[in-house]
Amino acid sequence: MAQASAATVHAHEHGSHEHKELHGVLKYLWSTDHKVIAMQYLFTGMFMAMVGGFLAYVFRMQLAFPGKSVPLFGYVSPGRYNALITAHGSIMIFWVAMPVLIAAFGNFLIPLMIGADDMVFPRLNRLSYQVFLLSVIVILSSLFVKGGGFGGAWTAYPPLSANAKYNLTPLGSSMWLMAVALEFVAFLLGGINFITTLMNARAPGMKAYDIPMLPWMVVLASIMFMLSVGPLIAGAIMLFFDQNLGTGFYDPARGGDPILWQHLFWFFGHPEVYVVLLPAVGIVLEVIATFARKKLFGYKTLLYTAAATAVLSFFVWAHHQFIAGIDPRMANIFTVTTLIISIPIAEMCFVIIATLYGGNIRLSTPMLWALAFMGEFLIGGVTGIFLGASGADIYLHETYFVLAHFHYTFFPIAIIGTFAGFTYWFPKMFGKMLNDTLGKIHFWGTIIPFNFIFIPLFILGLEGQQRRIYDFQNFPELQHLQPIRILATISLVVMLLFQFVFFFNVIRTWIKGPKAPKNPWHSNTLEWTVESPPPHGNWPPDQMPKVYRGPYEYNHPDREDDYWPQNIPPEREPTPSPAR
Amino acid sequence: MLHGLIPEASSFAGNIDWLIFLVLVLVGFWFIVAEGVFFWLIFRFRSRPGHKGQYLTGHEKHVERWIKIPHALVLICDVIIIIGAVHVWYIVKMHLPPADYTVRVTGQQWDWVFQQPGADGKLDTKDDIYTTDSLHVEVNKTYHFLLESRDVIHDFSVPVFRLKQDAVPGRTITGWFRPTETGTFDIQCAKLCGIGHGVMVGSMVVETPAQHAAWVAKNTPTSAQ
Repeated sequence: MAQASAATVHAHEHGSHEHKELHGVLKYLWSTDHKVIAMQYLFTGMFMAMVGGFLAYVFRMQLAFPGKSVPLFGYVSPGRYNALITAHGSIMIFWVAMPVLIAAFGNFLIPLMIGADDMVFPRLNRLSYQVFLLSVIVILSSLFVKGGGFGGAWTAYPPLSANAKYNLTPLGSSMWLMAVALEFVAFLLGGINFITTLMNARAPGMKAYDIPMLPWMVVLASIMFMLSVGPLIAGAIMLFFDQNLGTGFYDPARGGDPILWQHLFWFFGHPEVYVVLLPAVGIVLEVIATFARKKLFGYKTLLYTAAATAVLSFFVWAHHQFIAGIDPRMANIFTVTTLIISIPIAEMCFVIIATLYGGNIRLSTPMLWALAFMGEFLIGGVTGIFLGASGADIYLHETYFVLAHFHYTFFPIAIIGTFAGFTYWFPKMFGKMLNDTLGKIHFWGTIIPFNFIFIPLFILGLEGQQRRIYDFQNFPELQHLQPIRILATISLVVMLLFQFVFFFNVIRTWIKGPKAPKNPWHSNTLEWTVESPPPHGNWPPDQMPKVYRGPYEYNHPDREDDYWPQNIPPEREPTPSPAR
Repeated sequence: MLHGLIPEASSFAGNIDWLIFLVLVLVGFWFIVAEGVFFWLIFRFRSRPGHKGQYLTGHEKHVERWIKIPHALVLICDVIIIIGAVHVWYIVKMHLPPADYTVRVTGQQWDWVFQQPGADGKLDTKDDIYTTDSLHVEVNKTYHFLLESRDVIHDFSVPVFRLKQDAVPGRTITGWFRPTETGTFDIQCAKLCGIGHGVMVGSMVVETPAQHAAWVAKNTPTSAQ
């Protein structure tokens, strides 16, 4: 019955979906094709990653060589430094991690992996990208307005963010807030689409537990985003009024409370960590299952741990505020919830690791990225325990230990996870095979320097170095740590230089790379049954896929081939494996 | 562990360092086990000619325990850490030992202003001593601080004391510390407070009783007498 109703909805959807394929410039302005929109999100996100990386280069150079002119930028004044770190944090989270992991991979893969010809709300999807693009323009131009970009950190705590008298950036801070609000609107539109599409447009035969992990994770993330963002939007409107209309929501002199913003912000801000984590885990699971030739170790366990993480993440926010002046008794409650959330996350890691057991592991570039995600994310995970334990956070709060901790979570999520997904689905997205050797050079050239950037920063944090300081020479106890800062900066420059290998590989492949077959990795999921790249409408209308089994049937004892695509009927002989 | 990197100069610094060490031992164990198993599996089940993968769903009883047993052990570690964390938190932030002296600490863009008792030993009397950017205290005395802010949120952080507390405009937050080592130490502002955040540095001067008495005598405003 469930199958029948899914089929009906799907047929109905397909019937109503009659927009034509557009060509030329129009295609990139008004196309409602989920793949075109996904590519727009992907390239915008990658462009913003380059911007964010450049900002990091500038302020790391200032920290290593304070007061010296930074090549390609110039002198970094304290005001500029604050604007640089604020823009780096905001851009990397809102304009890189979210558009790439959720919007780009979600848009490209959800319809393909569940066997639909497009999203259920294609026009909403188009609107989502256009609003997002507007937010990109606003955030980038905010860096160049009179007074400079907003310099109150990505957390934007009032009263600093609320009053131009304190932050000295009257235009920059309002534009920052507007850009963030627009970005939220874009992702609300996108999220509605992902959730509805997964619920209604699945291929006939695809039951809940036959859905691959990536669509599940993107949809769980979208649900979390929708539930958590409301309070922050309310908070942002109040902050905007405080900035521009002279209200006093966060001004204690007029009966407001600055800590209110912190609650509203972190009620969103902590679930946000898991909003970007889950899609990255989804990518990593698809890659690991394919390259380990293994069924996931406990599909349902994974799904439930992800859901448990999603629910628990709404009850941990005040661990960012232990020493913010909240009632000290409250810290105990949030210590308990914060440490409890380590259980589903640890279980998720155990399941990923256990999936490798009994596999036949091929270490191609996408698999290296996926395994690196696991290896590095563990460091981010365990260091979080130090900060969740309230007593230890008294010392470590707002130090470089915090900074290193969350870069060990966000870098695996937003950079390693993205590269895992990008190298894995590149053949499907562009119809060409990337060069594996160049891919591996890029991999090692990114992973090794990454550790040399952030392990030194853990040490700086343990030595008591606090964050968001443009020049540590003013602090006598921190002066002798300069060699460690220089090491981190040099590692960053090396890592950024290795990204040129990636761009070279992509451009070279684009021009003269070998053509990709339909299913180069011998994977099971439905996106590998369409042409590479998939045409408008994905499958020919009379050949829409049907699903007969779960997505991870690798090395099934009843089969000679080590994979068993979801769409192959049980009685029929498998199609011959495509040539590599 | 931490005192190798940065001195412990307050009565509760040792408690916080002990907690950090406890967490390090427990999560360090899990980290080494997880990474060890992870790399061993990658090596052990690498692709080789003639090698075939196994078919395991992960829901079989005999393999499910690989997840269930670590799951229970992680829970036990969490409980231990929670007890340690709450214990240390109670000592530093919830419990207030009787004060020998009370000082008022005010953050403002971009200075620390300290108000402390003069020769009479009482705060908010005419002979209070006001200083900017340096606080002179006596070793082995319990100090209460009344933390305030005039403009934006600041954070009163003294790394050698392992002390950190936000200063929030509109509120007076009370806390305590008891210096145990003499010397001059950094006071940081640990919350981004505008363009001068990077120069909002102060010094905590911990003196012997004799030195401190001399300093108080010298700095108590004479006009107040």
